[in-house]
Order: sequence, then structure tokens, then C-alpha cells
Amino acid sequence: MTAAPATITPAEHRPRRQDGRISRLTAMLVMGVCTVYFLTPLWWLFVGATKSRDQFTDTHSLWFADFHLLDNVGELLAYRDGVFLRWTLNSVAYTAGAALLGTVLAAMCGYALAKYRFPGRELIFNVVLSGVLVPATALALPLFLIFSKVEATNTFWAVFLPSLVNPFGVYLARVYASAGVPDGLLEAARIDGSGEIRTFLTISARLMSPALVTIFLFHFVAVWNNFLLPLVMLSDERLFPVTLGLYSWNTQIAQVPELRGMVIVGSLISIAPLAVAFLLLQRFWRTGISTGAVK
Amino acid sequence: MSALLRTIGVLLTSAVAVTACSSPDAAPGGTTASACAPAGDGPVTLTFTSWIPGIEQVVQAWNAKNPDIQVKVQTGPNGNGGTYQNFFNQLKAGNAPDLGQIEYDALPGFRVQDGLFDLAACDIVAQAKDQFVPWTWDQVSLGDPKAAYGVPQDTGPMALFYRADLFEKNGIAVPATWQEYAAAAEKVKAAGGYITNFSQSDVNQFAGLAWQAGGRWFGNDGQKWTVSLTDDKTTKVAQYWQDLIDRKLVSSVPPWTAEWDNAYNTDQAWTWVSAVWGANSIASGAPKTAGKWRVAPMPQWAAGETAAGNWGGSSTAVFKGSKHPYEAAKFALWLNTSEEALTLLNQKANLYPATKAGANLPALADGVAFYGDQKIYEIFAKASTQVPAGFTWGPAMTATYANASDGFKAAVSGKGTLVDALTGAQTFTVQTLKNQAIPVA
Repeated sequence: MTAAPATITPAEHRPRRQDGRISRLTAMLVMGVCTVYFLTPLWWLFVGATKSRDQFTDTHSLWFADFHLLDNVGELLAYRDGVFLRWTLNSVAYTAGAALLGTVLAAMCGYALAKYRFPGRELIFNVVLSGVLVPATALALPLFLIFSKVEATNTFWAVFLPSLVNPFGVYLARVYASAGVPDGLLEAARIDGSGEIRTFLTISARLMSPALVTIFLFHFVAVWNNFLLPLVMLSDERLFPVTLGLYSWNTQIAQVPELRGMVIVGSLISIAPLAVAFLLLQRFWRTGISTGAVK
Repeated sequence: MSALLRTIGVLLTSAVAVTACSSPDAAPGGTTASACAPAGDGPVTLTFTSWIPGIEQVVQAWNAKNPDIQVKVQTGPNGNGGTYQNFFNQLKAGNAPDLGQIEYDALPGFRVQDGLFDLAACDIVAQAKDQFVPWTWDQVSLGDPKAAYGVPQDTGPMALFYRADLFEKNGIAVPATWQEYAAAAEKVKAAGGYITNFSQSDVNQFAGLAWQAGGRWFGNDGQKWTVSLTDDKTTKVAQYWQDLIDRKLVSSVPPWTAEWDNAYNTDQAWTWVSAVWGANSIASGAPKTAGKWRVAPMPQWAAGETAAGNWGGSSTAVFKGSKHPYEAAKFALWLNTSEEALTLLNQKANLYPATKAGANLPALADGVAFYGDQKIYEIFAKASTQVPAGFTWGPAMTATYANASDGFKAAVSGKGTLVDALTGAQTFTVQTLKNQAIPVA
């Protein structure tokens, strides 16, 4: 695309340029509208979190009143012996653990499907693909009944184990592995006497690293936002992830109106880890997407 | 590997789901129905699920004094927010808690799924019946005077919250009848406010209004359910409010939002016909109006009458499958009749007791500063005894509410009327019950 302007004739030049300007303007406009659309709720959340309880209802919802953010955070962390902190840590444990392990599993699985020939390979891959189509919500109740059979509901594992599974990650890993890991390289490694596992860990996994970051991010967001599974599985408040905890508070607002402010501040805090993960890993992610696109 | 796991998972789960659906009558846990005797040997541990804020501290008070019956409390979202669905799932899987908090309007739904232990089998519960305000017992006996599918916990007797300062300033008398209320609404409108905010999506308030007027939405003769969302009394109430909506005398912001709070905080809404727990909602939602509110009895349909509605309230139920129904009943009775527990529940969560003695709790005797030191709970204590007996909820209230609330929202925005909404909800409810194979007359 960058080479295009050099080849066009002057006659075509002017109208093209105007076209370009208009289309660029339209694009910017659309992007601008989208940005406002996506950022307004975040802005509302941030502004709301800085307000004291009475100012929350009677000052404009999109602009600041007195700045009470720190007081609000302090109140939130102290409420009910700091149960919010516990929920946040639970979320970190569920999410970081499941996303890391899940990424490793998906990578190995996708790599194996891409690089080894064995009977039933396509069948397995198709089953994985169909797994992408089954929404997680549809599986929550069946999973609950299964975990009930082994008396494992209301435990850490009831949420953690199902969160490890990530069929979309397997699909991505397979696509990346077949495109990004040359067969010749593996052949060379084998000739040099490297075992399959060592090859995977030292060579293939590194070549697949942009893909792994993508899978990790997707998985991280999915597990962090997972709500229905914990709702169905957990009845002990001490095991709740932050999403479910905030939701429970939100359902009690009619009874305990003070909770409204806590839910708002809590929501703001609970999206912070997602924002951090995205900002830190964004660079890898971009290269990851383009790698897949070109090849 | 994950693919394989998932396939196996899908296959297994569909099998489980099928078997679970095909045997709804199997009593989970395998205990026989009517037995309610003490366990006898050794300490017992019970599980109790409730979303009452601060319930942990109330249960701690019990555990400290009852080493042989220890209660483990579990909290979560409120009933319709997911806990009821969890109860149903757990009943299916056979791992329901021993006790659960269930609102009155949800009890019939658990009853028709055969999920509740009939506590009338426990002599201690049968003996405690007289301690409760009579109409609250209707809410747990579900039409069968010999049954008790829960112990009444709290109630929401209704009264009229009003802005005494604004009424006085504008020379408007506090309405004692609904006719006077409508007349006052015009004067309030002329003074630049709305007499109240009609709850456009929370059908529960309307149910309380219909209940006061003598409406009876459901009935159950032991064989069949009757559905009568459009009986004469309810229709009268619906037409009354439709008239206020048509004349734009009431506002209609969505309930339980900042917008709704704001209407009360900024003098836009002058009254609220609400339950006893509403006292706290106003105090925290409209802090700027402190000292300006008062409480009066609910307006009546005819001068001289003394009927009140009820909005909300829940029971403590014991699930079928509990291995220790006697101990569970003992705890439920302590929780809902002892002065210690009732005081704690009132302090922590603003619950208003369902017992006769509960109305005399020391905690309810004082004046409330937000209401200009008026002893507001005296009004609610009287209202509690004036709620008409015999109001029954249906077995699929979630569906009924959802449909009616859609109709209400439409009516408020000028499409159709409240009566239309109720007619629609009537048809829909009957169909829902039929779909669930619940016999309807």
C-alpha cells in the first residue's frame, strides 16, 4: 500500500487525494464515535467512584464533585473485614493460574495437532472447533451436576478446572504453529538429537510466543469476566471471584443502599488488572495478530 | 487433550441433564417426608444460605450458645439474582443446604417442585404458630392450614411516607383515602412536583397496593391453581393508577436507580407508598431531605377502613433432603422469634419481624431522627396487623413479574394500560403453569 502513490499519474492524483482525505475523515469520525462510545461508561465509572454518597445522586454524573476516591477505596477495603480484597485475590488466583496453565495446554495441543500426523487428527481438531461454538453458559449447569457427583462443588477446583479448557486457544495455537514453526527446523532439531519435548519448549514455544501472548490475553479476559460458572458452583462467599462478589452486593442495593457506592468503586478496581495486562502485553499481541494475518 | 476432555464433558453432561430432568419426583437425599425428630447423638452441623446483610453475626450469636447445633452460613446474591436458581440446581443434584432464605412470593415455586420440608411435622413449629402475626402464617402454609413450608421471617407492612414540610407549605392535607390522594396529586403537580413515582418495573409494589384493596391473585385448593390477576379489586387499583399516569400526576423513573433517588432527594417526589424497609431507602437515597419526612397510614379505599398492604418479606425454609430437620427447625425458630436474633436482624439488615412480639422490640420503640423523631414503627406495627389474610402467591412468580413488568413499562410510556398489562400477565401466567405441568383451573 505504501508503494501505491509512486505509480499513479498526476491526472489521477488530485481526485484520489481528495477521496483519501474524505475516507480518512470518515474513518476518523467513526473511530471517534466508537472511542466516545466505549470510553464514556469508563469515564462515568471513574467519576462516580470519586464521589461521596450524597453527591453521587445530586451532582452531574459525568463530572467531578469533591474528590473522595481514596476515602471510598478505604471504606470498600474495610467493609466486612476486607472481603473485597479476598475476592480480588481469588480472581487473581483463578485467572492467572487458569490462563497460564490453559495457555500451556492449548499451545501443546495445537502444536501437536499441527506438527504430528496421527490417525484421528482431523476428527479431534473438528471436535475442538465445535467446542468453540458451545457457549460457556450452556455448560455451567451440566458442570455443576458433574461436580455434584464427585462432591466437589463449592470448592476452588470447581471453578478452576473448567476454566483451564480453551478450545479457541487450541485453534489459534494450531494455526500459528503450522505457519510459524518451519518443519525443516524441527527436522534439524531431531537430527541434532533433541527430544520432542525439549524441541517444543526451547524452539517451537519461542517461535509461537506472539500466539501464546494472544491466547493468554484472551483466556485471561475470559476467566476474569467469567461469572455464571462461579455463580452456579460457589455458595461460600470466601471463594467468590470479584465479579460474583460485586454482583451479590449489587443485588442487595435495595436493602443496603450504602452498597451502591462500593459496587462502583469495586468495579473500577476490578477492571484495573485487565487494563494492566493489556497495556503490558499489547506490543506482543499486535505482532501476534499480524503474524497470523500475513502468513 | 482439552478437546478430549470437553467432548467427554459434553457427552456426560447431556446424559446427566437428561436423567435429572426425567425424574423430578425423586426426593433428593432419600429422607422420609414426615419424620421430624432430634438427631440424638452428637453435635450436628447445618448449612444455611441467606443473603441478609450481616447474617454471619446473627448466626455467630446462635453458634456461641449452641455447641451441639452449629450453623454454617453461606451468602451470595439475592434470591432472584441467582440464589433461587442455585437452590433448584442443588435440589436436583441432592446437595441443597439444610436451610435457605426464601421470599414469600418464591415459596410456592419450591413447593410445586417438591423441594421443601413440611415443618408442620415438627411439634416445636406447630406450637410456635401463635407467636406469628396470623397473615404471615398464610404466606408459609400456602393454602393448607395444616402445613408450614417455612418459618416467617420478616414482613413489609406498607404505609405512606410523605414530605410533611412541602405538604404544609402548600396547604395540602395528608390524604387518608385514595380519593384524597388523587386530589392531593393535582395540588402537588400545581406546586411543581409529583405526588409519587410510580414503580414502572417493580411489580411488587403494585402487588402490595392490590393486596390492600382485597385483590387475590392466586388460589390453590390442593388440586388446582387459580390465577386471577384481573379480579375486580386489582382492576380497580390498576384503573386508579392508570388515571394518575394519564393525567401525568406521577413520575415514572425506573426504581432503585440513582435517578429514582434523585427524584426524592431534590423535592420532585413528595410521597412514597412503601413498606417498612423503605424508611431506610429514603434515608440513604435522599440524605438532603433529612427531618422533612413523616409516615402516615396507607390511604384507604373508603373512609374509615383500616387495611394495609404488604411489600416483601421472606421465610426461613428447610429443604427436603436435610438430614436434621428438627435441629434446622429449632434454629429457624430461634432466628425468627427470639428477641436477640430479631434485634440483630433489625439492626444489621433493617428486617421487620413477623412475630406479634417483634413489634414491641426495644429497637423499634424510639423515634427516628430522619423522620423528625417520629415513632414511625408504631404506624408499621399497626399496619402489620391490618394486612388482609388469605393472599397467596403463584408458583411461577418470576415469569408473572417479568411479563407484568414489561406491560407496566409499556403502559407508563403510553402504549396500552395497566389493565392490559395485567390481562397479558394473566394469560401468560396460565400458559406458563400449563407448560410446567402445574394444574390450573
